[in-house]
Amino acid sequence: MSHPNILILRAPGTNCDEETAFAFERAGGAPQCIHVNRMLEQPELLADYQVLCIPGGFSYGDDVAAGKIFANQMRHHLAEPMQAFRDAGKLILGICNGFQVLIKCGLLDTDDSQGSAATLAWNDSGRFIDCWVELQAKQKQLPCVYLDGIERLYLPVAHAEGKFVTRDRATLERLQQSGQLVLRYQPADEPEGNPNGSQQNVAGMCDTTGRVFGLMPHPERYIETTQHPSWTRSSASASQNDEPEGDGLQIFRNAVRYFQ
Amino acid sequence: MLWEIDVHSGAEMPDREAERVAQEAADLGIADSLRVATARGYLLDCADDPITVDQAELLARELFVDTVVECHVAAPVDDLRLLDPPASWSREIDSEKSTDSEKSTLQLLQVLRKAGVMDPVALSAAAAVADFKIPVRAIRTVRKYWLSGATAEQVKSLGERLLANDAIEQVVCGSLDLENLDQMLGLPKRELPAPEKVEPGRPSQEGVEQKGETDPEPPPLQIHTIDLSVLDDKGLMRLSLEGQLYLQLTEMQTIQQHFAQLQRAPTDIELESIAQTWSEHCSHKTLAGRIAYRGPDGERQFDNMLKETIFAATVKLRQSWGQDDWCVSVFQDNAGIVRFDEKYNVAFKVETHNHPSALEPYGGANTGIGGVIRDTMGTGMGAKPICNTDVFCFAPPDTPWDSLPAGVLHPQRVMQGVVGGVRDYGNRMGIPTVNGAVYFDPRYLGNPLVYCGNVGRLPREMSFKEVQPDDLIVSVGGRTGRDGIHGATFSSAELTSESETLSGGAVQIGNAIEEKMVLDVLLKARDQGLFTAITDCGAGGFSSAVGEMGEAIGAEVWLERAPVKYEGLTYTEIWISEAQERMVLSVPEASWADLQALCQSEGVEATVIGQFTPTGRLTLKYQGQLVGELTMSFLHDGRPPVIREAVYLPAPSEPLIPSDRVNLTTTLFDILGSLNVASKESIIRQYDHEVQGGSVVKPLVGASHDGPGDAAVLRPVLDSQRALVIACGMNPHYGELDTYHMAASAIDEAVRNCVAVGADPARIAILDNFCWGDCENPETLGSLVRAALACHDLSLALETPFVSGKDSLNNEFSYTDEQGEKRVIAIPATLLISALGQLADARLALTMDLKGAGNLLYVVGATGDELGGSHFSLVHKQQGGQVPTVDPLRAKATFAALHRTIQAGLIRACHDLSEGGLAVAAAEMAFAGEMGAELQLDQLPLASGPLPMAARCYSESNSRFLCEVPPDRAAEFEQHLDGVPHAHLGQVVSDHHLIIRGSADSPPLINATLADLKSAWQTPLCW
Repeated sequence: MSHPNILILRAPGTNCDEETAFAFERAGGAPQCIHVNRMLEQPELLADYQVLCIPGGFSYGDDVAAGKIFANQMRHHLAEPMQAFRDAGKLILGICNGFQVLIKCGLLDTDDSQGSAATLAWNDSGRFIDCWVELQAKQKQLPCVYLDGIERLYLPVAHAEGKFVTRDRATLERLQQSGQLVLRYQPADEPEGNPNGSQQNVAGMCDTTGRVFGLMPHPERYIETTQHPSWTRSSASASQNDEPEGDGLQIFRNAVRYFQ
Repeated sequence: MLWEIDVHSGAEMPDREAERVAQEAADLGIADSLRVATARGYLLDCADDPITVDQAELLARELFVDTVVECHVAAPVDDLRLLDPPASWSREIDSEKSTDSEKSTLQLLQVLRKAGVMDPVALSAAAAVADFKIPVRAIRTVRKYWLSGATAEQVKSLGERLLANDAIEQVVCGSLDLENLDQMLGLPKRELPAPEKVEPGRPSQEGVEQKGETDPEPPPLQIHTIDLSVLDDKGLMRLSLEGQLYLQLTEMQTIQQHFAQLQRAPTDIELESIAQTWSEHCSHKTLAGRIAYRGPDGERQFDNMLKETIFAATVKLRQSWGQDDWCVSVFQDNAGIVRFDEKYNVAFKVETHNHPSALEPYGGANTGIGGVIRDTMGTGMGAKPICNTDVFCFAPPDTPWDSLPAGVLHPQRVMQGVVGGVRDYGNRMGIPTVNGAVYFDPRYLGNPLVYCGNVGRLPREMSFKEVQPDDLIVSVGGRTGRDGIHGATFSSAELTSESETLSGGAVQIGNAIEEKMVLDVLLKARDQGLFTAITDCGAGGFSSAVGEMGEAIGAEVWLERAPVKYEGLTYTEIWISEAQERMVLSVPEASWADLQALCQSEGVEATVIGQFTPTGRLTLKYQGQLVGELTMSFLHDGRPPVIREAVYLPAPSEPLIPSDRVNLTTTLFDILGSLNVASKESIIRQYDHEVQGGSVVKPLVGASHDGPGDAAVLRPVLDSQRALVIACGMNPHYGELDTYHMAASAIDEAVRNCVAVGADPARIAILDNFCWGDCENPETLGSLVRAALACHDLSLALETPFVSGKDSLNNEFSYTDEQGEKRVIAIPATLLISALGQLADARLALTMDLKGAGNLLYVVGATGDELGGSHFSLVHKQQGGQVPTVDPLRAKATFAALHRTIQAGLIRACHDLSEGGLAVAAAEMAFAGEMGAELQLDQLPLASGPLPMAARCYSESNSRFLCEVPPDRAAEFEQHLDGVPHAHLGQVVSDHHLIIRGSADSPPLINATLADLKSAWQTPLCW
């Protein structure tokens, strides 16, 4: 398949759909933005796509809690088609608000018999923050399709509710053991390295198959050199570089290549 | 029956709202050792069909509570458990206290929105609950605060000053008054039929509560008429004031005569329509009126001041450009439009929302940014918003509490509310906020300024619109409520301590997601050609939108068709309500079905409320009856001209001579740490400045991304390298000395900020936003006219056209002081110039941070003895001095030459010299780049005679830059600057210090480490 079909699922308040579609297109995919109401009317639409991506934004205003209302829609009305989609070996990606939706609707295999066991809570600062972060991919037991060949990334975050928290120590250990906690902020010595106070510096995680992946940072916002916050400092001017490319593009490329 | 679900932080989880309240209470000196616990609650109105405990628990677990980090109490609203603070907190408090009396000070405050005030969370929650098929007909939210360690008086003060705002909220001490709760919450009446069915799985943002009232027959319609013929002048003015029309006597007399000729009395809705259309806010009658001006530049008679100054300059420029004219639509639509590339144009508009922000900072700023976004959405056939700007003016945040006049919110609260309001709306809309400024002056105390701007992108062929006869009038988006009544006319009134009670209806909260949904469908409808014209509902609501759209044709409106938030609105309220998130479209009948289907598919409400009937009249009907009819000609052209005197008396000029003993290093620290210059990072990072993916130069730049960028650069089309540049210029302090030079300097600053990052100086469009005091005072108006004259002159000379603008007059706050005297605080004359530049290739953009040791530092532009109004004079509290002036021809040559050097790739860093002059610019470049700099000032190009070192360091002369040039490019750089004053002053060094000397062998005038400089700059506004 040369250009896998990418479904960018948007809801009221989704606002990163266009640049996410652009990133997928750059990576060789064939993206389409579809409103969630169309999916609710025709869940079978999903079958036409290889990748489902829930982009960033403030679905339903993030009212009540970030991603919660959108996640409930998925649980109540789309649980079966989503499960079937995943079981068919296809890919699901949630970026920022999409990650909040995925974790809250249970697609990241975090829930246990007592209900939800991991969440994305308010940042320690209690505020929205837009800044860039160093990230480290940690894949030991479980290969996450999107992070193939990636060790480090430098990407922006922009969120108020991105603090990864588990209900208890046991859950954290379970998710560590299963290798799902695949993307970490790398605080180094800087306190800002972890922008929200996430446990274990978790910035992103995948499900137990490695095909469903959610992350708080925005890879679609760094696919070109000039999106970097200090690109003007590099001695070779950007225009001299033939193929200017940002760290985030590889994530989209990995998703596309998986079907090629 | 009401149920309540309260959500608390889980055990061992931080209660951030409580921490915030305790901290602020201490900061503001209300209570030092306050202990606080909080909860957010949802009140579920279950109508007659009570929900079960299991259902309530299900909703709590599955929707309202994040069980990983939160716990909850779900109970009927009269359950006493709801009054208890979280158990873990109580234990903590108990264990710390020894005596019973201390325990007894525990108090509960509950904060609820006033009935009818927008509550987006409640609306979303109601739609989400519907998905559970549990019968809840309405939801309200409540915030709870348990306070310990405060006296009753402190609690009262906390409630009023910190926890709630009386303009939109109500505070209840202790338990809720269950008897009157329905009314308090504005819930629909009880004893109802089963709730309306909501389609499962389709939470909508329509915000429609199932209507409670099913009165068999509506009461007979009362049409109110006001007999003007019996009123004398005094009576007319009383009507104007008490009816909140805020019209002047000649205008009231004109209306009186008009209806005398018609031999009838006007109806209330007719008077309101006229008052709205003729309001200062909507017609700009003062500045577009007749003015007799006297000033140092002579006498002039204007028939239309704006048209003959600012607008005239643009007209002349466009004529001179002929074929190369790159302006598209200026001063006619909701925003100015200029050419961008082969496919797109761009629209730019900046608005103010000052009075609402004074009363309710969060809501005022929220709806301010929401409103200006709708301006570009309603420009041409609709533009896609691509970035926001915001500029605020506040009183200093350290203003003592006890110095605040009655009715004034503390500046810190105003600042936090305003920033929060812009943040929450802009971020939710997915529009990056890329540029801004914050200015402080004690005179903004009762009257802060909130400027919000938006840039939109639209296809070239979509830049104009034309309503066609018999098109339908369609309202799209939010519903109409009793919110924002009289906002348009209220902006003409002076703020007083009673404004809140008088005009609370002018204050609103926005619902960003509603607007985002409207935007999503409108852009689709535009591209499918489903409408012929569009405008936003802003000040004046339907009255303004329909009145303007139908000006050339006529319109008939069926007011009862407008969707309302709740029952009970009068026809006049529907007509003038300024409820947010509404757009008005003119839709050919043949396209209506398609538009309706499109809107429905994304859950957006669209309703036909009338028709553009070719009658030349505005005809208003309610339930089939005529309630008002005005000719469009009287409405739009009937206003008598406003005639005003304007006098400008320049301030007497006194020399400002810096003391020989002044320590220039200490001065540098003082200026870097002054509020206007200090880092605004804590504000900037709360805004998403990268959404939409086009970011090229962010607001914070440099090695650690914390230096002050001159302007933002972004690419509006992701597969193209062509970029936009957004910057601003403002300096109210110069206005104290001469508003002409203040305006000239603001234009120069906005333009040079654009040029500094690489914008082509021949393609910069600018906007004016005048915020002034009471312009019925000839001297106040005179200072404005003089500024407008400068706008004309500079625009013409720099070939920088004004494409849109807005004014906000009457920015004064009056109160009665302790001695019973009436006092008025007028804001300083404040002109914001916003600039929209263009850059052919984003990859040529520059930033201000130093890049490499060994590179040379050049100053470009000449320095004069211009410390008047400078930050040097501010930190040394010195008056007088020469205000910075602009030599427009030299400025133009400088910008053009500098641009050539940037295009040729000769510069590594460039920073404009503004507040604090050369020394501040050098310090900022150094600490942003984490590289030192060494300069000497003996070769500094001077504008005139000898200049003391203090002025060489801190003069704020315009049209200057500091540039970093690699040694091997220096010759070429100098060649390009032939004819423009410039000099090699020093170099970038690897040592982390800034050293400025008078000459090579003299001791340093300024010597400081970068760490200390940066810390002085970052500390003051780090909150």
